[in-house]
Amino acid sequence: MTVRKNQAGLTADEKRRFVAAVLELKRTGRYDAFVTTHNAFILGDTDNGERTGHRSPSFLPWHRRFLLEFERALQSVDASVALPYWDWSTDRSPRSSLWAPDFLGGTGRSRDGQVMDGPFAASAGNWPINVRVDARTFLRRQLGANVRELPTRAEVDSVLSMATYDMAPWNSASDGFRNHLEGWRGVNLHNRVHVWVGGQMATGVSPNDPVFWLHHAYIDKLWAEWQRRNPRSGYLPTGGTPDVVDLGETMKPWNDVRPADLLDHTAHYTFDTD
Amino acid sequence: MPELSRRRALGTAAALTAAVAAHTLTAPAASAAPDDHHHDSPEPFDEVYKGRRIQGRPASGSEHHHHGGGFEVLVDQVPLHVMRNADGTWISVVSHYDPVPTPRAAARAAVDELQGAVLLPFPAN
Repeated sequence: MTVRKNQAGLTADEKRRFVAAVLELKRTGRYDAFVTTHNAFILGDTDNGERTGHRSPSFLPWHRRFLLEFERALQSVDASVALPYWDWSTDRSPRSSLWAPDFLGGTGRSRDGQVMDGPFAASAGNWPINVRVDARTFLRRQLGANVRELPTRAEVDSVLSMATYDMAPWNSASDGFRNHLEGWRGVNLHNRVHVWVGGQMATGVSPNDPVFWLHHAYIDKLWAEWQRRNPRSGYLPTGGTPDVVDLGETMKPWNDVRPADLLDHTAHYTFDTD
Repeated sequence: MPELSRRRALGTAAALTAAVAAHTLTAPAASAAPDDHHHDSPEPFDEVYKGRRIQGRPASGSEHHHHGGGFEVLVDQVPLHVMRNADGTWISVVSHYDPVPTPRAAARAAVDELQGAVLLPFPAN
Protein backbone atom coordinates (compact mmCIF):
# COMPACT_ATOMS: atom_id res chain seq x y z
CA MET A 1 0.00 0.00 0.00
CA THR A 2 1.26 3.46 -0.91
CA VAL A 3 2.05 5.70 2.05
CA ARG A 4 2.42 9.39 1.30
CA LYS A 5 4.93 10.98 3.66
CA ASN A 6 5.81 14.48 4.70
CA GLN A 7 8.72 15.51 2.48
CA ALA A 8 10.54 16.90 5.52
CA GLY A 9 10.93 13.38 6.91
CA LEU A 10 12.12 11.55 3.79
CA THR A 11 15.39 9.66 3.99
CA ALA A 12 18.22 10.44 1.59
CA ASP A 13 17.41 7.22 -0.26
CA GLU A 14 13.72 8.10 -0.57
CA LYS A 15 14.62 11.51 -2.00
CA ARG A 16 17.08 9.96 -4.42
CA ARG A 17 14.53 7.42 -5.68
CA PHE A 18 11.78 10.02 -6.06
CA VAL A 19 14.05 12.33 -8.06
CA ALA A 20 15.31 9.47 -10.24
CA ALA A 21 11.77 8.32 -11.06
CA VAL A 22 10.67 11.87 -11.94
CA LEU A 23 13.70 12.31 -14.21
CA GLU A 24 12.96 9.00 -15.92
CA LEU A 25 9.37 10.07 -16.67
CA LYS A 26 10.80 13.29 -18.07
CA ARG A 27 13.32 11.45 -20.24
CA THR A 28 10.64 9.26 -21.81
CA GLY A 29 8.23 12.12 -22.49
CA ARG A 30 5.58 10.86 -20.10
CA TYR A 31 6.13 13.76 -17.72
CA ASP A 32 5.34 16.43 -20.27
CA ALA A 33 2.00 14.81 -21.07
CA PHE A 34 0.92 15.66 -17.53
CA VAL A 35 1.94 19.29 -18.02
CA THR A 36 -0.03 19.45 -21.26
CA THR A 37 -3.15 17.99 -19.65
CA HIS A 38 -3.01 20.43 -16.75
CA ASN A 39 -2.61 23.45 -19.00
CA ALA A 40 -5.50 22.35 -21.19
CA PHE A 41 -7.81 22.32 -18.18
CA ILE A 42 -6.40 25.60 -16.80
CA LEU A 43 -7.25 27.25 -20.12
CA GLY A 44 -10.59 25.50 -20.54
CA ASP A 45 -12.10 25.82 -17.06
CA THR A 46 -14.16 29.02 -16.86
CA ASP A 47 -16.43 30.49 -14.20
CA ASN A 48 -19.39 30.80 -16.53
CA GLY A 49 -18.79 27.69 -18.64
CA GLU A 50 -17.73 24.11 -18.28
CA ARG A 51 -15.28 23.73 -15.39
CA THR A 52 -13.69 20.58 -14.12
CA GLY A 53 -10.08 20.82 -12.98
CA HIS A 54 -10.19 24.24 -11.34
CA ARG A 55 -12.57 26.89 -9.96
CA SER A 56 -15.22 24.26 -9.37
CA PRO A 57 -16.23 21.59 -6.84
CA SER A 58 -14.28 18.94 -8.78
CA PHE A 59 -11.00 20.82 -8.21
CA LEU A 60 -10.26 18.40 -5.37
CA PRO A 61 -11.31 15.03 -6.87
CA TRP A 62 -9.84 16.04 -10.26
CA HIS A 63 -6.43 16.72 -8.75
CA ARG A 64 -6.70 13.58 -6.60
CA ARG A 65 -7.09 11.51 -9.76
CA PHE A 66 -4.42 13.52 -11.60
CA LEU A 67 -1.94 12.85 -8.78
CA LEU A 68 -2.90 9.17 -8.71
CA GLU A 69 -2.11 8.92 -12.41
CA PHE A 70 1.25 10.58 -11.84
CA GLU A 71 2.05 8.44 -8.82
CA ARG A 72 1.23 5.27 -10.75
CA ALA A 73 3.56 6.45 -13.52
CA LEU A 74 6.32 6.98 -10.95
CA GLN A 75 5.67 3.53 -9.53
CA SER A 76 5.97 1.99 -12.98
CA VAL A 77 9.57 3.23 -12.86
CA ASP A 78 10.25 2.43 -9.20
CA ALA A 79 7.56 0.62 -7.23
CA SER A 80 8.91 1.93 -3.92
CA VAL A 81 8.14 5.56 -4.73
CA ALA A 82 5.15 7.44 -3.32
CA LEU A 83 4.28 11.11 -3.69
CA PRO A 84 5.55 13.12 -0.73
CA TYR A 85 3.59 16.14 0.48
CA TRP A 86 4.85 19.61 1.37
CA ASP A 87 3.23 21.12 4.46
CA TRP A 88 3.99 24.72 3.52
CA SER A 89 2.37 25.97 6.72
CA THR A 90 5.30 24.39 8.60
CA ASP A 91 8.17 24.32 6.08
CA ARG A 92 7.67 27.91 5.04
CA SER A 93 11.17 29.12 4.27
CA PRO A 94 13.36 29.04 1.14
CA ARG A 95 15.92 27.47 3.50
CA SER A 96 13.77 24.37 4.08
CA SER A 97 15.35 21.04 3.17
CA LEU A 98 12.76 20.75 0.38
CA TRP A 99 14.81 23.28 -1.60
CA ALA A 100 18.22 21.71 -0.95
CA PRO A 101 20.36 20.51 -3.88
CA ASP A 102 19.70 16.84 -3.01
CA PHE A 103 15.98 17.27 -3.54
CA LEU A 104 14.23 20.00 -5.56
CA GLY A 105 16.99 22.63 -5.70
CA GLY A 106 16.52 26.20 -4.58
CA THR A 107 15.17 29.51 -5.78
CA GLY A 108 16.16 31.11 -9.07
CA ARG A 109 18.90 33.65 -9.57
CA SER A 110 17.73 37.25 -9.64
CA ARG A 111 18.64 38.04 -13.24
CA ASP A 112 16.30 35.62 -14.97
CA GLY A 113 14.81 33.40 -12.27
CA GLN A 114 16.81 30.41 -13.43
CA VAL A 115 17.18 27.60 -10.88
CA MET A 116 20.92 26.96 -10.62
CA ASP A 117 21.20 23.92 -8.37
CA GLY A 118 19.58 20.55 -7.79
CA PRO A 119 18.55 17.81 -10.21
CA PHE A 120 16.07 20.02 -12.10
CA ALA A 121 18.42 22.90 -12.88
CA ALA A 122 18.78 23.49 -16.61
CA SER A 123 22.53 23.24 -16.22
CA ALA A 124 22.19 19.60 -15.15
CA GLY A 125 20.77 18.88 -18.61
CA ASN A 126 17.90 16.64 -17.53
CA TRP A 127 15.01 19.07 -17.22
CA PRO A 128 14.11 20.88 -20.44
CA ILE A 129 10.92 22.93 -20.23
CA ASN A 130 9.16 21.77 -23.39
CA VAL A 131 5.51 22.53 -22.65
CA ARG A 132 5.73 26.25 -22.20
CA VAL A 133 3.97 29.53 -22.82
CA ASP A 134 7.07 31.56 -23.63
CA ALA A 135 10.50 31.04 -25.13
CA ARG A 136 12.32 30.18 -21.89
CA THR A 137 13.34 26.52 -21.63
CA PHE A 138 14.83 26.54 -18.10
CA LEU A 139 13.10 25.93 -14.78
CA ARG A 140 12.48 29.19 -12.92
CA ARG A 141 11.50 30.08 -9.35
CA GLN A 142 11.32 33.21 -7.22
CA LEU A 143 10.59 31.81 -3.77
CA GLY A 144 8.76 34.41 -1.70
CA ALA A 145 9.25 37.23 -4.20
CA ASN A 146 5.70 37.73 -5.46
CA VAL A 147 3.98 37.16 -2.14
CA ARG A 148 5.93 37.32 1.08
CA GLU A 149 4.29 34.71 3.28
CA LEU A 150 3.05 31.19 2.84
CA PRO A 151 -0.22 30.42 4.63
CA THR A 152 -0.01 29.82 8.37
CA ARG A 153 -1.43 26.87 10.27
CA ALA A 154 -4.04 29.19 11.79
CA GLU A 155 -5.16 30.18 8.29
CA VAL A 156 -5.32 26.51 7.31
CA ASP A 157 -7.42 25.77 10.38
CA SER A 158 -9.80 28.61 9.59
CA VAL A 159 -10.53 26.98 6.21
CA LEU A 160 -10.77 23.44 7.57
CA SER A 161 -13.47 24.69 9.94
CA MET A 162 -15.81 25.58 7.06
CA ALA A 163 -18.47 22.91 7.25
CA THR A 164 -19.95 23.23 3.75
CA TYR A 165 -17.94 21.60 0.96
CA ASP A 166 -18.92 24.03 -1.79
CA MET A 167 -21.73 26.41 -2.70
CA ALA A 168 -23.49 27.87 -5.71
CA PRO A 169 -22.41 29.35 -8.08
CA TRP A 170 -19.79 26.56 -7.84
CA ASN A 171 -16.95 28.68 -9.17
CA SER A 172 -14.31 31.22 -8.09
CA ALA A 173 -17.02 33.34 -6.42
CA SER A 174 -18.24 30.57 -4.12
CA ASP A 175 -18.22 30.56 -0.37
CA GLY A 176 -17.40 27.30 1.42
CA PHE A 177 -14.45 24.99 1.98
CA ARG A 178 -13.40 24.17 -1.59
CA ASN A 179 -13.05 27.73 -2.85
CA HIS A 180 -11.30 28.93 0.30
CA LEU A 181 -8.87 26.04 0.03
CA GLU A 182 -8.37 26.71 -3.69
CA GLY A 183 -7.84 30.35 -2.79
CA TRP A 184 -10.05 32.48 -5.01
CA ARG A 185 -11.73 33.78 -1.84
CA GLY A 186 -10.60 34.53 1.66
CA VAL A 187 -7.18 33.92 3.20
CA ASN A 188 -6.07 32.08 0.04
CA LEU A 189 -4.27 28.79 0.52
CA HIS A 190 -3.62 26.85 -2.72
CA ASN A 191 -3.34 29.77 -5.14
CA ARG A 192 -1.04 31.71 -2.84
CA VAL A 193 1.46 28.86 -2.70
CA HIS A 194 1.68 28.80 -6.51
CA VAL A 195 2.38 32.55 -6.43
CA TRP A 196 4.94 32.22 -3.60
CA VAL A 197 6.99 29.69 -5.58
CA GLY A 198 6.87 31.83 -8.73
CA GLY A 199 8.40 30.83 -12.06
CA GLN A 200 6.49 28.17 -13.97
CA MET A 201 4.56 27.34 -10.78
CA ALA A 202 2.71 30.64 -11.15
CA THR A 203 1.57 29.80 -14.69
CA GLY A 204 -0.80 27.43 -16.43
CA VAL A 205 2.09 25.03 -17.01
CA SER A 206 2.81 24.79 -13.29
CA PRO A 207 3.50 21.01 -13.28
CA ASN A 208 6.79 21.87 -15.01
CA ASP A 209 8.08 22.35 -11.46
CA PRO A 210 8.15 19.04 -9.55
CA VAL A 211 7.03 20.90 -6.42
CA PHE A 212 3.59 20.99 -8.08
CA TRP A 213 3.02 17.38 -6.99
CA LEU A 214 4.17 17.98 -3.41
CA HIS A 215 1.97 21.07 -3.13
CA HIS A 216 -1.08 19.26 -4.46
CA ALA A 217 -0.39 16.19 -2.34
CA TYR A 218 -0.71 18.48 0.68
CA ILE A 219 -3.85 20.17 -0.67
CA ASP A 220 -5.21 16.64 -1.12
CA LYS A 221 -4.25 15.79 2.46
CA LEU A 222 -6.10 18.90 3.69
CA TRP A 223 -9.22 17.60 1.94
CA ALA A 224 -8.84 14.35 3.91
CA GLU A 225 -8.34 16.34 7.13
CA TRP A 226 -11.48 18.35 6.36
CA GLN A 227 -13.48 15.13 5.85
CA ARG A 228 -12.30 13.85 9.22
CA ARG A 229 -13.28 17.12 10.92
CA ASN A 230 -16.63 17.37 9.16
CA PRO A 231 -17.86 13.79 8.97
CA ARG A 232 -21.43 14.78 8.18
CA SER A 233 -20.45 17.01 5.24
CA GLY A 234 -20.12 15.57 1.77
CA TYR A 235 -19.23 16.56 -1.76
CA LEU A 236 -21.62 19.02 -3.38
CA PRO A 237 -23.46 19.41 -5.70
CA THR A 238 -25.19 16.07 -5.88
CA GLY A 239 -27.04 16.36 -9.16
CA GLY A 240 -28.37 18.33 -12.10
CA THR A 241 -25.85 21.20 -12.17
CA PRO A 242 -25.01 22.56 -15.64
CA ASP A 243 -21.26 22.87 -16.47
CA VAL A 244 -20.32 21.40 -13.08
CA VAL A 245 -19.33 17.84 -12.16
CA ASP A 246 -21.96 16.49 -9.79
CA LEU A 247 -21.17 13.77 -7.25
CA GLY A 248 -22.16 10.93 -9.58
CA GLU A 249 -20.99 12.34 -12.92
CA THR A 250 -17.81 11.24 -14.66
CA MET A 251 -14.88 13.63 -15.01
CA LYS A 252 -12.88 14.50 -18.07
CA PRO A 253 -10.31 13.59 -19.33
CA TRP A 254 -10.66 10.07 -17.89
CA ASN A 255 -14.44 9.72 -18.29
CA ASP A 256 -14.38 6.61 -16.12
CA VAL A 257 -14.28 8.10 -12.66
CA ARG A 258 -16.74 10.17 -10.60
CA PRO A 259 -16.13 12.35 -7.57
CA ALA A 260 -18.02 9.69 -5.63
CA ASP A 261 -15.26 7.21 -6.49
CA LEU A 262 -12.52 9.46 -5.11
CA LEU A 263 -13.87 10.63 -1.78
CA ASP A 264 -12.06 7.94 0.22
CA HIS A 265 -8.32 8.27 -0.32
CA THR A 266 -7.59 5.11 1.71
CA ALA A 267 -8.72 3.02 -1.23
CA HIS A 268 -5.59 4.26 -3.04
CA TYR A 269 -3.03 5.36 -0.41
CA THR A 270 -2.69 6.44 3.17
CA PHE A 271 -0.83 9.30 4.78
CA ASP A 272 1.95 8.92 7.31
CA THR A 273 -0.40 10.61 9.79
CA ASP A 274 -3.44 8.39 9.17
CA MET B 1 6.15 22.74 -29.51
CA PRO B 2 5.86 25.57 -31.98
CA GLU B 3 9.12 27.33 -32.51
CA LEU B 4 9.46 31.01 -33.13
CA SER B 5 9.53 31.37 -36.88
CA ARG B 6 11.77 33.86 -38.61
CA ARG B 7 8.70 35.48 -40.09
CA ARG B 8 7.06 35.87 -36.71
CA ALA B 9 10.25 37.11 -35.14
CA LEU B 10 10.61 39.72 -37.84
CA GLY B 11 6.96 40.66 -37.57
CA THR B 12 7.20 41.00 -33.82
CA ALA B 13 10.33 43.09 -34.07
CA ALA B 14 8.73 45.30 -36.71
CA ALA B 15 5.59 45.71 -34.62
CA LEU B 16 7.63 46.59 -31.59
CA THR B 17 9.56 49.19 -33.54
CA ALA B 18 6.34 50.62 -34.91
CA ALA B 19 4.77 50.65 -31.47
CA VAL B 20 7.72 52.45 -29.96
CA ALA B 21 7.60 54.97 -32.79
CA ALA B 22 3.88 55.49 -32.38
CA HIS B 23 4.29 55.88 -28.67
CA THR B 24 6.93 58.51 -29.20
CA LEU B 25 5.09 60.51 -31.82
CA THR B 26 1.50 60.33 -30.66
CA ALA B 27 -0.50 59.78 -27.55
CA PRO B 28 -1.13 56.09 -26.93
CA ALA B 29 -4.51 54.97 -28.19
CA ALA B 30 -5.53 53.89 -24.72
CA SER B 31 -8.64 56.01 -24.37
CA ALA B 32 -11.36 54.79 -26.66
CA ALA B 33 -14.68 56.59 -26.62
CA PRO B 34 -16.90 55.19 -23.87
CA ASP B 35 -19.68 54.35 -26.32
CA ASP B 36 -17.34 52.12 -28.33
CA HIS B 37 -18.16 49.30 -25.93
CA HIS B 38 -20.82 48.41 -23.44
CA HIS B 39 -20.21 49.47 -19.89
CA ASP B 40 -19.39 45.98 -18.67
CA SER B 41 -16.59 45.56 -21.18
CA PRO B 42 -13.06 46.58 -20.23
CA GLU B 43 -11.39 49.65 -21.69
CA PRO B 44 -9.33 48.95 -24.79
CA PHE B 45 -5.68 49.87 -24.38
CA ASP B 46 -2.55 50.13 -26.48
CA GLU B 47 0.68 51.15 -24.83
CA VAL B 48 4.34 50.40 -24.56
CA TYR B 49 5.11 48.99 -21.13
CA LYS B 50 8.72 48.25 -20.21
CA GLY B 51 9.63 48.39 -23.87
CA ARG B 52 6.94 46.02 -25.08
CA ARG B 53 3.69 46.75 -26.81
CA ILE B 54 0.63 45.58 -24.91
CA GLN B 55 -2.82 45.81 -26.44
CA GLY B 56 -6.29 44.97 -25.25
CA ARG B 57 -9.37 45.11 -27.41
CA PRO B 58 -12.67 43.41 -28.14
CA ALA B 59 -11.89 40.01 -29.63
CA SER B 60 -11.94 39.80 -33.41
CA GLY B 61 -13.04 36.70 -35.26
CA SER B 62 -13.55 33.26 -33.81
CA GLU B 63 -10.27 31.56 -34.58
CA HIS B 64 -9.62 31.21 -30.87
CA HIS B 65 -11.98 30.44 -28.06
CA HIS B 66 -11.91 33.41 -25.74
CA HIS B 67 -12.44 33.33 -22.01
CA GLY B 68 -12.04 37.04 -21.49
CA GLY B 69 -15.65 37.88 -22.19
CA GLY B 70 -14.88 38.69 -25.80
CA PHE B 71 -11.75 40.66 -24.93
CA GLU B 72 -8.29 39.81 -26.20
CA VAL B 73 -4.85 40.84 -25.01
CA LEU B 74 -1.64 40.84 -27.03
CA VAL B 75 2.02 41.23 -26.06
CA ASP B 76 4.11 42.34 -29.03
CA GLN B 77 1.25 41.18 -31.25
CA VAL B 78 1.18 37.67 -29.78
CA PRO B 79 -2.13 36.73 -28.13
CA LEU B 80 -1.90 36.25 -24.36
CA HIS B 81 -4.53 33.89 -23.00
CA VAL B 82 -6.53 35.85 -20.43
CA MET B 83 -9.58 34.97 -18.40
CA ARG B 84 -12.12 36.99 -16.49
CA ASN B 85 -13.13 35.76 -13.06
CA ALA B 86 -16.68 35.91 -11.74
CA ASP B 87 -15.79 38.89 -9.51
CA GLY B 88 -14.52 40.88 -12.50
CA THR B 89 -10.81 40.32 -11.83
CA TRP B 90 -8.45 38.96 -14.49
CA ILE B 91 -5.71 36.39 -14.82
CA SER B 92 -3.51 35.24 -17.68
CA VAL B 93 -1.79 31.99 -18.49
CA VAL B 94 1.55 33.36 -17.24
CA SER B 95 0.05 34.55 -13.96
CA HIS B 96 -2.77 32.16 -13.45
CA TYR B 97 -3.19 32.09 -9.67
CA ASP B 98 -2.94 35.82 -8.96
CA PRO B 99 -5.99 37.88 -10.00
CA VAL B 100 -5.53 41.55 -10.93
CA PRO B 101 -8.24 44.21 -11.46
CA THR B 102 -8.08 44.77 -15.24
CA PRO B 103 -6.83 43.13 -18.44
CA ARG B 104 -4.25 45.93 -18.71
CA ALA B 105 -2.93 44.93 -15.29
CA ALA B 106 -2.82 41.30 -16.49
CA ALA B 107 -0.85 42.37 -19.56
CA ARG B 108 1.59 44.37 -17.45
CA ALA B 109 1.95 41.44 -15.02
CA ALA B 110 2.73 39.24 -18.01
CA VAL B 111 5.44 41.62 -19.22
CA ASP B 112 6.91 41.65 -15.72
CA GLU B 113 6.85 37.86 -15.60
CA LEU B 114 8.31 37.38 -19.07
CA GLN B 115 11.46 39.41 -18.30
CA GLY B 116 11.87 40.07 -21.99
CA ALA B 117 11.09 36.54 -23.19
CA VAL B 118 8.98 36.11 -26.31
CA LEU B 119 5.46 34.83 -25.69
CA LEU B 120 4.46 31.74 -27.67
CA PRO B 121 1.12 32.00 -29.46
CA PHE B 122 -1.66 29.82 -28.08
CA PRO B 123 -3.04 27.17 -28.38
CA ALA B 124 0.55 26.64 -27.21
CA ASN B 125 -0.27 28.92 -24.30
